[in-house]
Amino acid sequence: MIDTLRLTAEEAWRLVDAREISGAELFAAYRAAIDDRDSELHCYLHLCDDPGGDGLPIALKDVIGTKGIPTTAGSKILEGYVPVYDSTVVERLKAQGLRILGKTNTDEFAMGSSTENSAYGPSHNPWDPSRVPGGSGGGSAAAVSAGLTPWALGSDTGGSIKQPSALCGNVGLRPTYGTVSRYGIVAFASSLDQVGPVARTVRDCAFLYSIIAGRDDCDTTTVELPQPVELPETVELKGLRVGVPRELNEAEGIEPGVATAVQAAIAKLEEMGAEVGECSLPLSVEYGMACYYLITPAEASSNLARYDGVRYGLRADAEERLEMYERTRDEGFGDEPKRRIMVGTYALSAGYYDAYYGQAQKVRTVIKREHDSLFETFDALVSPTSPTVAFPLGARTADPIAMYLSDLLTIPSCMAGLPGLNVPCGLSEGMPVGLQLIGPQFGENTLFRIGHALEQALGFDSVPERLR
Amino acid sequence: MAIDREQLLHVAHLARLELREDEVERLEGQLNDILEAVSKVSELDLSDVPPTSHPLEVVNVWEVDEPRPCLPVEEALANAPEREGNFFKVPPGGAT
Repeated sequence: MIDTLRLTAEEAWRLVDAREISGAELFAAYRAAIDDRDSELHCYLHLCDDPGGDGLPIALKDVIGTKGIPTTAGSKILEGYVPVYDSTVVERLKAQGLRILGKTNTDEFAMGSSTENSAYGPSHNPWDPSRVPGGSGGGSAAAVSAGLTPWALGSDTGGSIKQPSALCGNVGLRPTYGTVSRYGIVAFASSLDQVGPVARTVRDCAFLYSIIAGRDDCDTTTVELPQPVELPETVELKGLRVGVPRELNEAEGIEPGVATAVQAAIAKLEEMGAEVGECSLPLSVEYGMACYYLITPAEASSNLARYDGVRYGLRADAEERLEMYERTRDEGFGDEPKRRIMVGTYALSAGYYDAYYGQAQKVRTVIKREHDSLFETFDALVSPTSPTVAFPLGARTADPIAMYLSDLLTIPSCMAGLPGLNVPCGLSEGMPVGLQLIGPQFGENTLFRIGHALEQALGFDSVPERLR
Repeated sequence: MAIDREQLLHVAHLARLELREDEVERLEGQLNDILEAVSKVSELDLSDVPPTSHPLEVVNVWEVDEPRPCLPVEEALANAPEREGNFFKVPPGGAT
């Protein structure tokens, strides 16, 4: 009997290697779990048949292009779109024998923090289905926590891997910008978008990262990793310096239960030998949101121009071409992409460019410099990942700005291109609390080391209480 | 800076979005709220700060100029809403 709720990818890999279970049994066990629980949780938008082989199953956020498998990005405008080529990350997974279980739900074009912007309906949190799983990669995070896949890939622009991992109680990495290819990924904001792993343990997360990372000729923003990925072994943190940025830990809106769990975890870091010190990001947190919500809509308005009904996806009926473009885009895009296209087009338009987009790019320099200067003193920074635990479905849908604040704490380091790892650190109101570790560029190995030590010390049970 | 109805319709046209009347009404309030929130960036005097367009210091990545296999025509057209021969077919033009 394979317990998909408890099985780690590492253990599954070992069992298959030792021929204690077959690849077919493993795949079937996850499909059975999906049949059992996904009608309630709605993690998957599309399921795949077992392609055969002994590699591990994996789930992919539906912004990741997959040859012969529908890829919708959670949008009606891509309904029925079937890519004719694989993303580079998918090629790399397949080269390791990994098999695609299915495509997971996402806010439309990865724009959102709850999956409620998906044109195909929201996913639900496995710890409490009346609450959101976070977003945009809520489908991948919820699927990992509910035992519906051993691991998954997500994508992160301003928190779409880390925040859902925090809300669902698992481990998610937003890698350093440039370390993972975006070739074949549906683009949202190209100066920020990164693909990354979601898993039940830090070691699984690190291993999956090692499979997908590295230079790709098809994405000229990628680079080779300066050091190979190291799977964390030790729980010793002696000599590591961990900074606690005041503004990320004391921001307005952080729930007391979240702050308490994170502070307890920081105390554990000290017990394990880390040197913990307070520090400050005076402008990054205060101006990060405004900067992000100018730069990303601007880039999105440009990236989403390609959905015009000409080459793929939805086309609305119309007598002439302009009408066809405008009607296709009105019918195909949901409210959030429309809002961002409008904000972005406005911010880039003549007369407003310098005041909005140009100014935001300068704020981005300030944010990057503030982070860079902290890494002269610290090896990693720590804070809550999300100000709150998972919120009830519907709680923030009427107010776009309230939804945007879900990513208040993850956005600044994303703007600076830095890696971030979510590690579960406790419960509040019976819901998981996540802590984020932020590193310097290419600092993933340090984040894995700290995250693994913390995971061992805290002993957080990642299986939702109601499913135990 | 506030966006009025006329500007909103102009921006929608630039973005090739045919908004329905109820969307125009809803968006007007929401866009003004968002623009007010993001206008916070103007509080800082950053005249001496260079812009960042990209977080990695990578400059000019050159490709080797060699032909490589590309998508066969049938695959490139596989998702076309409408085709004619080896072309994507679209309705006739009109004023833009």
